[in-house]
Amino acid sequence: MFQTALKRFLVLQKIKPFHAPVSSQIRKIHVTSNLRHGEYEWQDPKSEDEVVNITYVDKDGNRIKVRGKVGDNVMYLAHRHDIPMEGACEASLACTTCHVYVPPEYFDKLPQSEEKEDDLLDMAPFLKENSRLGCQITLTKDLEGMEVQLPKATRNFYVDGHKPKPH
Amino acid sequence: MTFKLLKRAFNSSSYRSGPQVCIVGAGPAGFYAAMHLTKKLKSVNIDILEKLPVPFGLIRYGVAPDHPEVKNVINQFTKVAQQPNVNFYGNITLGKDVHLHQLRQHYDAVLLSYGAEEDKTLGIENEDATNVIAARRFVGWYNGLPSDKDLKVHFVHVMLTYLAEQQLFLVKEMLPLDVARILLMPIDELKKTDITEHALCALSESKLKEVYLVGRRGPLQVAFTIKELREQLKLKNCRTIWNDKDFIDVDKIVPDLPRPRKRLTELMLKSVNENQALTDDDQTKYFKPVFFRSPNKFLVDNNNHLTGIELTCTKLVGDKLEEQRCVPTGEKDIINCNLAFRSIGYKSVQADKDLILKHGVVENNKGIVEDSAGLGKLYVAGWLGTGPVGVILHTMGNAFQVAKVMLENLSSTDNFNKGGFTEIKKIITENNSNVIDWGGWEKIDKFEKDQGKIKGKPREKVCSVEKMIELAKK
Repeated sequence: MFQTALKRFLVLQKIKPFHAPVSSQIRKIHVTSNLRHGEYEWQDPKSEDEVVNITYVDKDGNRIKVRGKVGDNVMYLAHRHDIPMEGACEASLACTTCHVYVPPEYFDKLPQSEEKEDDLLDMAPFLKENSRLGCQITLTKDLEGMEVQLPKATRNFYVDGHKPKPH
Repeated sequence: MTFKLLKRAFNSSSYRSGPQVCIVGAGPAGFYAAMHLTKKLKSVNIDILEKLPVPFGLIRYGVAPDHPEVKNVINQFTKVAQQPNVNFYGNITLGKDVHLHQLRQHYDAVLLSYGAEEDKTLGIENEDATNVIAARRFVGWYNGLPSDKDLKVHFVHVMLTYLAEQQLFLVKEMLPLDVARILLMPIDELKKTDITEHALCALSESKLKEVYLVGRRGPLQVAFTIKELREQLKLKNCRTIWNDKDFIDVDKIVPDLPRPRKRLTELMLKSVNENQALTDDDQTKYFKPVFFRSPNKFLVDNNNHLTGIELTCTKLVGDKLEEQRCVPTGEKDIINCNLAFRSIGYKSVQADKDLILKHGVVENNKGIVEDSAGLGKLYVAGWLGTGPVGVILHTMGNAFQVAKVMLENLSSTDNFNKGGFTEIKKIITENNSNVIDWGGWEKIDKFEKDQGKIKGKPREKVCSVEKMIELAKK
């Protein structure tokens, strides 16, 4: 939580985020999320300097262009624009319902995922090399033009005939 | 108050023109389906019926108390329930207060999403012994599920948790590590969670030293997730002791594993190899995963109290990792213990006599169970239809998919004249006058939070149905 808040603070200060200490070193048990719950994403960019244009590609291949701003969270921004990305745990790193694919050229520009995010991604169906959780991506100027793709199947794989393999 | 009146006004007039949908079971599957339906079809009216007076199913009664962030999803469900065209009716049991054919008669569509509440048994000798307990019931006990609040758990020195039959290794089975963690977690940390008071008292008096986790296959087949294992390994005052022999040659396979299995196995290997420089004191507790063992029988004393478990040693045969089978080697092993938890999966119950279950699930085609002329279409979502598999994401995906099929069917006609809950209410009040609506739940919710505040925890759950009804009716 603290790390994300810190990152966001730094972004707002237009300083490039650095890798904060791995948060798993700090025991986090009864943390209540003190993140914003998406209110920030409802504010329009105050100036062109802030604008970050990104595109969401939904599971049917529709491309939805969105004019975001520095500091926006990719999941909450999606909610504002009615893009079908869930976020069941409200960005508290407890679910994988905001799983997205990030193209390699932008993937490398993102701060490295923390252990907790990787652990969760391991549970996500249709995990790829370039999988991330939308709630952990904060927009920066570097991400101008980024396309994030929603996985084809947050739908039901069992009903669809997909058979989960034994581990 | 005004809002409620408005809501009622809406219900009795304009919303009657749209389709009437009934959802049975107010857990994640039911709420996610309702969310999708209300988002896509503004004219729909949804009534969510629930056996308990309180909503949220396994989010409230299954998610471990030390995982409050997972419960954030309740905020979204609450928003769904507060929409004017969604109604919650608690304390209504399908098959008892109202029958399936009655629901289908008065609704355009009926979605069953009441989950899987019955645990599977091992079918071995002395399984009825005192202190052989279904992990599921233990979870219900510490989470305050009314039907499990009086579960008798005798905490004694050695414990054993038994993990998953072979077929359930397909499943991301969460419970065993949840149970182990709750048993081994320092009381000071548990105290700050919404764990029930009776569980906290019992656990604080427990002299528990060791928890074994027994699985019949090997470390490469474990069903827990890396997130849970990491939490287990980080527990204060708890040492994890692996059997080195179980990990012979495992490191050679690691590079070829898919990412999730690879990272999980690497974490286990790291823990195995760590020269755990912890100094043990009398506070130290032990967590001991035991692989390649299958339970043969429970051992009991003259009073039918559990004293141990006899295990058959197993090995894996077959070349391909994914197709290996587990066979007994003929050797036997005994673990002395006084408490055992069984966690080999669940099955759904047949709530209504008209419902046909096969292998513990309601058979369906993309969520459609039955479509006969004159009656509302019958659908199923969540564990009742898929079997008890997967995490919340899987249930969400399934519920959305089924809701999509429902939408397609409901959109093909605009002739809606079913009576919905107005008719059902007449049937129900004959046997049960204590239907709890969302306002009732809000009163219970507030009471629980207020009680929790006094004790410095998020909430103190009300564990008796009678008390819930009393609070809701105030």
